[in-house]
Amino acid sequence: MSFMPYVAPEQMMKDRSDYAHKGIARGRSVVGLEYADGLLFLAENASSTLHKISEVYDQILFAGVGKYSEFEELRIAGIRLADLRGYQYGREDVKARDLANAYSQALSSIFTQQMKPYEIELLVGEVDGDQNGTSIYHVLFDGSVSDEQGFVAMGGHAEELTDALKDRYEPGWDLATSVRTAVKTLATVPETRDVPAEQIEAGVLDRTKTHRRKFRRLERADIEAALAS
Amino acid sequence: MSERLHLPLAGTPFGSSPSFAELVRRERPDALPVALREPAPFPVPHGTTVLGLKFADGMLMAGDRRATAGNLIADAKMRKVFPADDYSAIAIAGVAGQAIEMVKLFQLELEHYEKITGDRLSLEGKANRLAQMIRGNFPLAMQGLIVVPLFGGYDHRRGEGRIFYYDATGGRWEEDDYQATGSGSQPAKNSLKKRWKSGLQRDEALQVAVEALIDAAEDDSATGGPDTARGIWPVVVAVTESGAMDVPEDEVSAAVDAVLAARGGSS
Repeated sequence: MSFMPYVAPEQMMKDRSDYAHKGIARGRSVVGLEYADGLLFLAENASSTLHKISEVYDQILFAGVGKYSEFEELRIAGIRLADLRGYQYGREDVKARDLANAYSQALSSIFTQQMKPYEIELLVGEVDGDQNGTSIYHVLFDGSVSDEQGFVAMGGHAEELTDALKDRYEPGWDLATSVRTAVKTLATVPETRDVPAEQIEAGVLDRTKTHRRKFRRLERADIEAALAS
Repeated sequence: MSERLHLPLAGTPFGSSPSFAELVRRERPDALPVALREPAPFPVPHGTTVLGLKFADGMLMAGDRRATAGNLIADAKMRKVFPADDYSAIAIAGVAGQAIEMVKLFQLELEHYEKITGDRLSLEGKANRLAQMIRGNFPLAMQGLIVVPLFGGYDHRRGEGRIFYYDATGGRWEEDDYQATGSGSQPAKNSLKKRWKSGLQRDEALQVAVEALIDAAEDDSATGGPDTARGIWPVVVAVTESGAMDVPEDEVSAAVDAVLAARGGSS
């Protein structure tokens, strides 16, 4: 019979937390901003096909940072949950809060029960028909959730980015201003540099869209135009 | 929240399935219609005539608004033609409850695939998927709960509109120019045969479609004609390179008026 050496629970949680933090810190960041007509998620992404930002449901947007395979798995699980819920009940019964709770539960049990925690953070955003109905949930690798107002940053340099956004952000910006500010802010970490438009991935929930699916992926041309304006 | 996220374990199949129908069958089988032991002991509403035709910029689908249950009119305003996604449309005839459910499932199937993979299915892929779903409905079809859809859309690879026709067993045929299904399909097809020609413009195609539905309504008691007094018009969906859209009601009513006027005001 073999014995596991005793490790204090505090130590175990701290080790896992450090491990997850390190993994997330290696990746690029994602910024979320509320703007006049909806919600923008914008990421620095070297790939134009392996997305960090995705549509989940009519009015729900997803973004992940960290290990691609891990947040991709949760992205798909989220779409499944949302589509099943909408099919069984009604489309308007699918809510970002439920999804954030499900992510939180899943990540929390992975964090405590599995060999290694997931090295990811997630954003779940939602717009509602009326002007004030925007919500952003930020879910961490250990399952903790926070409800964000106006702007949010997650990933490697989340703290610096959040501080920078705190100084710059103003509610009611148009989309171009939001994109420009988000890109400029991302370009300040880890040091000031140039981030070309082809390295930017952005998706919005656009309240002005008449279609029930409010998601729109910004094309390269949209981003270039916003940066030039 | 009772649902839990399903996280993959060692030994699960490779890759994630982008099919919504499979997902429901696996996770919530009780949400799907099931076969009864014997045929429904009472008349159930049937949707009647729908048709599809190609025109210069794509294809167009139209349907009357009547649903019948035995000799009664179950619904005078039923919708039987729907956009399936941004670039395709589906029209259904047959047992209404079943058919509407199939449309809903098919729309979700396409949307789910799009979200999971980040890419749209090809038109060919959509048409095949629908055939599989009808085949899945076969036990119900054996009880008389038959659903026969038309499917069509704009094929971006070929740069043209295409139309597919199905039977209750899931057989799938591609149509070259036009097709109709449902109780009034024979008079509708006769009308289309005379009026349809290749390279129609959108407004001409709309008129041909509306005229075929009026002809079907004249010869088939289960097909409802346009009701000018109460303002009940056929539902028409047009799919072109720029997407699927409902043809606005005023355009449809104008086309109906033109057809009726040409017939001396009688319908």
